[in-house]
Amino acid sequence: MKDDKLLRWVLALYTALVFLFVFAPIAASLVFSFNSDRFPTIPLGSFTTDWYVKAFSNPEVWDAALRSLIVSSVTAVIATAIGFSAAYSDYRYDFVGKKAFLVLALLPPTIPLIILALAMLGWLSMFNASGLTLSIIIAHTVLCAPFAMAVIRLRLNQMDPNLEPAAWNLGASEWVTMKSVVIPFTLPSIIASLCLTAAVSFDEFAVAWFVSGLNKTVPVVILEILTGNIDPQVNAIGTAVFLVSITLVVIAQVLVLRSAKKPEAA
Amino acid sequence: MTTKTTKPDTYAIAWRLPLIVWQGLFFVGPLLFMVAMSFFLVKNYRMEVALQFSNWQRMLSKDFFWDAYFFTLWLALLATIITSLVAFPASYFLAFKASERLRRWAIFFLIIPFFTSYLVRIFAWQVILAQSGVINAGLSYLGLGPWQMLNTQFGTMVGYLVLCLPLAVILQTFSLANIDKRLVEAAHNLGCGRLRTVFTVVVPLAKTGLIVAAVFCFILSFGDFVSPYYLGGSKPPTLSIMIVDTSKSGQQWPRAAVVAIMMIVTLLVVAFTAIGFAYRKRGK
Repeated sequence: MKDDKLLRWVLALYTALVFLFVFAPIAASLVFSFNSDRFPTIPLGSFTTDWYVKAFSNPEVWDAALRSLIVSSVTAVIATAIGFSAAYSDYRYDFVGKKAFLVLALLPPTIPLIILALAMLGWLSMFNASGLTLSIIIAHTVLCAPFAMAVIRLRLNQMDPNLEPAAWNLGASEWVTMKSVVIPFTLPSIIASLCLTAAVSFDEFAVAWFVSGLNKTVPVVILEILTGNIDPQVNAIGTAVFLVSITLVVIAQVLVLRSAKKPEAA
Repeated sequence: MTTKTTKPDTYAIAWRLPLIVWQGLFFVGPLLFMVAMSFFLVKNYRMEVALQFSNWQRMLSKDFFWDAYFFTLWLALLATIITSLVAFPASYFLAFKASERLRRWAIFFLIIPFFTSYLVRIFAWQVILAQSGVINAGLSYLGLGPWQMLNTQFGTMVGYLVLCLPLAVILQTFSLANIDKRLVEAAHNLGCGRLRTVFTVVVPLAKTGLIVAAVFCFILSFGDFVSPYYLGGSKPPTLSIMIVDTSKSGQQWPRAAVVAIMMIVTLLVVAFTAIGFAYRKRGK
């Protein structure tokens, strides 16, 4: 039907516009970061790398970048370990209170960050543990563990339930089976989870802002620059941040998709 | 699938403990503490343990609190409706008109922004929407504008859309793609018009997923402080901005805790009502 074709094109165009809206800010911040105008508009100003020079000669930015790197990598490791153990427990066992266990495992992302930030600040202050780099790691792990669990649980879904019993029958203990069967099988999802949780932690600003004190991460520095005035430095820093988190997320996705395609391979 | 063990052994317990301990200590603990904190007192910028209702009284008796409360509720509802409507045609296209391959790529790309710096994207929109920004410059070529978009409710809505749209399209697409296509064809074959099919067949079939997507939009926009602050100009402040202001300046954590608890209660009520509605059996 001719009518059908027209509708298809209109909807396709509309969907393209939605994608344009979603990706416009990412493209804009890339373009603006090389643009000489302080208040970018069209027509664009001339090409410049000044904002990068300015941002990267700022010791506060380097300081924050190093801290973000530490926080996100340590968070990724702890969150993935917790997520893995939770996913494995859910995969293998039925136990009293399992529903409560799953709620505990998946609830954190549904609580607004600003509320979690306040609660975490109060709680950690009680133990004199706020204002440290460690405080950010603790809080970010809470946020990231659910994502880790989800990614690893998906992969465990593809594992033949007879695989573990087979190893036990051949004389392997449960721990040995874990080490030589389950972990190798879930390895792609473990790496995916490391990347994804690192990206979440790398971009999180609300909780980090509340609990970090003077130990700022990159998003907190951005937040503070924003509170001042429009400063194109943010575009330069932001483009670098986008590059890091997009890379991490894409790696995670490719790993998840590729392992989903061949469920037989162990 | 799951093996039933008669007695939980050390191996089983070892895999269960990390989550219980960590989320118990650093998720449940802080949230319960926040409830306790709402009864504490602040003297000389220091929090003192107490059991006083003064924070609750002080916040809940003030007009500015209720103004902010209903304003936030309104903004979040509006954002939920707008996002759901904006997302729907795109989700419809991806679920029914696009090839399997295109759909997979689209989802792949939509997941990326969900995990990438929201803050930087909002900053980019701040520049785009500014009085002398890209959009107004474009409009001036057409002899229109300039329009005030920054520091208005429109600005806030753009921000909420940035926050919620990718997730909404993903969730809606999944729920639409799971519909039994034969039912849609049957409706067509029986002479049901296209729009009528969408509203009487497609939407009811995908109801659960569509509502879940809407609930996520509501949760995200209800709790966000960046869009109403940097794009909406904090005029008037939302509950989330109130939490930031109360706790950052003046160290009034207990009063901020009151606001936070009111927000959680509201979110729970909205989420459970909506989910109850989503899973309600069709029929009289």
